[in-house]
Amino acid sequence: MTRARTLMDARAQSHSNAELNWWIFMRVSGLILIFLVLGHIYMTFIQVSDSDATYHAVVAKLSNPAWKLYDWLILTLTMLHGMNGARYVMEDYIRSNPNRAWVKMVVFSVAALIYALGTVGLFSI
Amino acid sequence: MNITVKILRFDPEQDKKQHWENYALEVAPTDRVLDILHQVKWFQDTTLNFRRSCGHGICGSDAMLINGRNRLACKTLARDVVKEGGTLSVEPIRGLKVVKDLVVDMEPFFDSYKAIMPFFVNESPAPARERLQSPEHAELMAHSSNCILCACCTTSCPIFWANGSYLGPASIVQAHRFIFDSRDEATQQRLGLMNQNTGVWRCRTAYNCTEACPREIPITELIEQVKRSVMYGQA
Repeated sequence: MTRARTLMDARAQSHSNAELNWWIFMRVSGLILIFLVLGHIYMTFIQVSDSDATYHAVVAKLSNPAWKLYDWLILTLTMLHGMNGARYVMEDYIRSNPNRAWVKMVVFSVAALIYALGTVGLFSI
Repeated sequence: MNITVKILRFDPEQDKKQHWENYALEVAPTDRVLDILHQVKWFQDTTLNFRRSCGHGICGSDAMLINGRNRLACKTLARDVVKEGGTLSVEPIRGLKVVKDLVVDMEPFFDSYKAIMPFFVNESPAPARERLQSPEHAELMAHSSNCILCACCTTSCPIFWANGSYLGPASIVQAHRFIFDSRDEATQQRLGLMNQNTGVWRCRTAYNCTEACPREIPITELIEQVKRSVMYGQA
């Protein structure tokens, strides 16, 4: 092992399974999302006719907690999966530490806001 | 066969930027790109610089970007990359600092090679004769032990271009060679190195490395094998 000269090196060399766990998460969540999203598309666009796809029909469907959970699962997994992918891109391509820090901060804040709004919206119907 | 050779030149004492220079040559279809470069250097422009040593695809010195693909100049025949009247382009490999013409600074590449402990570790007392290895065990490292450290793979990797802290495919292949060596005892240490943010998890499976390897090592597959053994080793 090369000797850690900076705090960054030391941090990189410290033992952590974080990257391993994210890698597994990406594979598992991707696989689950395929079926969840296909199911979602089928139910919203194929199973119902245009006249059924109204605000009231959607509210009636979402009054069932199972559908709430289904939609919330899609929201959670897409946000985590997508944001981790965005993190990969940011870590690969933004080389300066300060730039990477603030770009990540902005992106993650926006993501957290979207996620919070989605959750509140879903559970307040 | 009459061809034009287009070489991306750079002289640090005169140039601010790399620039193309063309040379008209008559070559045989069976000439290697290395022969073509020699022809340029010996008979047209002696200032041309490039690395080469054995000229037989073993030392790994003459990796360069030939017609847009990383290849060894000594293993590439003219007839495979250029037609009569065509143009052959030769550039230095990417992602490493150009020292002069086709010569790049290989230090960052060898630093990440050194980082993976590229040496045999076995603390147990040596047996009377040799440390035997079964053919099945030898098969596991058959591909990775073919690596000649030419840097074709690492310098074709988009993550290495963008991010210098990634160890790169060549280092991971070298780590694979020792991790899958049944006689080596530092497996856990190397898996720990591979498990870091700069290790195998940076690989986005772009497959550029596999395409570039002049030794036909299935590099992406080997990286996946290392990922898998990190996953099962740490679980």
